[in-house]
Amino acid sequence: MKSLEELKAIRIKMQGQVGLRSEDSTQTRVVVGMATCGIASGARPVLTTLSDAVQSKQLKNVVVTQTGCIGLCQYEPIVEVFEPGKEKITYVHMNPEKALDVVNKHLIGGHPVTSYMLQSSEA
Amino acid sequence: MTEISLNILDIAENSTSAGAGLVEIFVEIDEAENYLKTTIKDNGCGMSEEQLSHVTDPFYTTRTTRKVGLGIPFFKEAAELAGGSFRIESECGKGTTVEAVFEYSNIDRMPLGDINGTIRTLIEGHPEVDFLYTYRHNGSGYEMDTRQMREMLGDVPLNAPEVLQYISEYLSENKQETDTAADKEVIK
Repeated sequence: MKSLEELKAIRIKMQGQVGLRSEDSTQTRVVVGMATCGIASGARPVLTTLSDAVQSKQLKNVVVTQTGCIGLCQYEPIVEVFEPGKEKITYVHMNPEKALDVVNKHLIGGHPVTSYMLQSSEA
Repeated sequence: MTEISLNILDIAENSTSAGAGLVEIFVEIDEAENYLKTTIKDNGCGMSEEQLSHVTDPFYTTRTTRKVGLGIPFFKEAAELAGGSFRIESECGKGTTVEAVFEYSNIDRMPLGDINGTIRTLIEGHPEVDFLYTYRHNGSGYEMDTRQMREMLGDVPLNAPEVLQYISEYLSENKQETDTAADKEVIK
């Protein structure tokens, strides 16, 4: 069984690193809708997939966070990507596979995945 | 909603929106007594009697982004459809407690689902809030208290990737141990 002592080891390992992920102007924010509508349509595994991928791929300038309902319940799970100096990208009807695609093609590759995006005419 | 743990996530998200500093999540399965009980208790802003009286009405919400509020009604329906009960208590300035009981063997009881994923998601999204999670199964059980973890971690936030990984492993190892012990109890 894991002990709390292991956390001490993490603390020592991370000493000096704290603050590396703090918010600054170069940081990309990935936001997942976590209200009833998002949760019911599968937002939890999408969020877990995103944060696991950001960790395993060592994307130091990306943070994954949650938000409430933005009023587009029929398009949930929704993932919004805020890149500094760029317009917000809204991905709709997400699932873990699509989320990985977004990590690889958009967050790493720099090209938003057009086919998953909310078309402005639909909104 | 397809899992009890998704309902728990939804209700606990309300607790964090209510400004809670501590959210207590309790899950208990007792197969001999045939129930699954879950409680979500917070010390957030609570509700007025007026709000409380409307809270199980799906067409009532304090949100402005949409006109329905389905979280609480979903949870209530799920419990009552599975031969269980639902209770919500709240006091302005003190907090809110939600309790749902399900008949464990009821064919209409939805699965508990990925409760570990729910707890991890809550901590990840709200590293400033404390969570006390208790899981009990046929008398065995364990708990996770982020206040104790914070003491060990010092300045390192609870949503640091290394800590989240520890949390996921802690939750799944302890749940497995608890469920194994609980199964032995049933065979006895």
